[in-house]
Amino acid sequence: MDRNEIASLLQLEWRLDRRQKHAWGSMALYVVSTVYTCYLGVKQLNTVATWNALFWIIVLFAAFNALGRSFQREEGGRQIYLHTLAHPRNVVLARTLYNAGTMVALGVVSLAAYTLFIGDRVLAEADIGLFFCSVLLGSIGFACALTLIAAIAARAGSGLGLMAILGFPIVLPMLLATLRASKLALDGVAWSVAGNYLLAVLAIDVLAVALSAILFPYLWRD
Amino acid sequence: MKGLWWKVLATLLLLYVVIVGLRTPLRPAIVQTSVSRIAPGPVEVDVWGYGTHFIKSGAQVWIENDSQRVCATSVAAIADDHLRVQFTVPSGLRSEMSDLAVFSERDGLLERFGAFFTEGRGAGIATQNCVTGKSLRLAILEFPNRDILNESIRNLFFHVPMWFTMVVLLSIGVWKSVVVLRKNDPDADRSAAVAVQVGLAFATLGLITGSLWARVTWETWWTSDPKLNGSAATMLIYLAYLVLRGSVPEPAKRARLAAIYSVFAFSFMLLFLFVLPRLNDSLHPGNGGNPAFSKYDIDKRLAPVFYPACLGWILLGVWMYDLRNRLLRLQHRLSDANDQ
Repeated sequence: MDRNEIASLLQLEWRLDRRQKHAWGSMALYVVSTVYTCYLGVKQLNTVATWNALFWIIVLFAAFNALGRSFQREEGGRQIYLHTLAHPRNVVLARTLYNAGTMVALGVVSLAAYTLFIGDRVLAEADIGLFFCSVLLGSIGFACALTLIAAIAARAGSGLGLMAILGFPIVLPMLLATLRASKLALDGVAWSVAGNYLLAVLAIDVLAVALSAILFPYLWRD
Repeated sequence: MKGLWWKVLATLLLLYVVIVGLRTPLRPAIVQTSVSRIAPGPVEVDVWGYGTHFIKSGAQVWIENDSQRVCATSVAAIADDHLRVQFTVPSGLRSEMSDLAVFSERDGLLERFGAFFTEGRGAGIATQNCVTGKSLRLAILEFPNRDILNESIRNLFFHVPMWFTMVVLLSIGVWKSVVVLRKNDPDADRSAAVAVQVGLAFATLGLITGSLWARVTWETWWTSDPKLNGSAATMLIYLAYLVLRGSVPEPAKRARLAAIYSVFAFSFMLLFLFVLPRLNDSLHPGNGGNPAFSKYDIDKRLAPVFYPACLGWILLGVWMYDLRNRLLRLQHRLSDANDQ
């Protein structure tokens, strides 16, 4: 692990993404249009369980959409060129970090759009800090678990469909723990109860990042 | 012949499991009473047994309340599994719940705990002495007869070993995947795929036996239980693994991608099957206050069949893996020979 290398890889990502601003726009548009579709269907939601479930469904699919393209750039020669410049472990760590940042931004955008359209009445009795924590950890968790999957899907060359098939069962345990934690937060349950679920999410994140760092170099070895 | 002994062992074990596991009788038990509440005064109770011999060997019946006994005033055996009993319940029984006890020479002492809710309680009664005779019951091997489970308890020898076998086969799969990553060995890649296929077959059998068992005991085919979610996720993971294999035509690339996914997914599967259920209550034994397999007398009587069943099914799974692996290797060699 080389901090300088990761930092310059992050910078590279950022520059490339700034050149392709439409990518950001498409992610945000995806979230907003999904939320708006839900709004057309249900108007306002006041039951905690449904509100929570719908929110995480939106974030989950936004995550697949956003992370699915994270290795699409490395088609053909660019991957080999990058390989000569940086160690693959640093590449995947930088990409995971970058994706985590993207997902946090996307999570916040989703939450804003969601409360705007679907209503924030359920937040009245919620433990807001705990809820934000679970949104944060959940979004980061999706990024950690799905970065390697995105790389595999990109290498298999069959795009978003395969990404969803491969990724869904992987994120299930995390999704389950996050759903439970944010539901408890919305119910206003104490940290000591919901904290266990957040710890579980954190443990899964650590496992996912460690496994990505170990396995990714094999993916780039041709 | 070399390598034959364990196949013979697997066959013998599974024959033993099927015959003994399905033929061994359950311990006789009292399964139902017509009355669930007793009050001072005369009361007539119909008692139904399972596997009992009331006509052949008669029965003594009493109510037991906080170790004080009320003997039946008359007992009539209507059928081998049906008694009509009359009591004169005294007032002053101490405990809220009374047990029903039936004794016969052939079946021994059968008790139904908490059979009656007791009214007209007080400080106690003069206990009566009801038992006559001695149990002549011969029980070499019998299974416990538990409420709700009843005969379905035999499913233990089929449902649980399926999952053990699946875990063993998927472990073989992930081990072969690690070999692929280390050595780029096409044989190991084939073995990994075969292990996953056979493991999935056992997972399917585990789901079917589990679903049937859930229908009998929990009255639903499927319920939201951490272990059920875990098994569903496991099957999704490995179906995705097979989809991934199907979508990459180039063998070397397919081997590496599949191996990476397999190692990644297996770690998450372990997490899902063994860690997350600890966080939530499950209907399965050993979780949320349900009795675990080793906690009650259940294990002493089921163990002589359960452990051989586990070994037998695991050996059968490995045998299937071995056969399919050999078949594919021969096919591969044949096509190689044809190419040259």
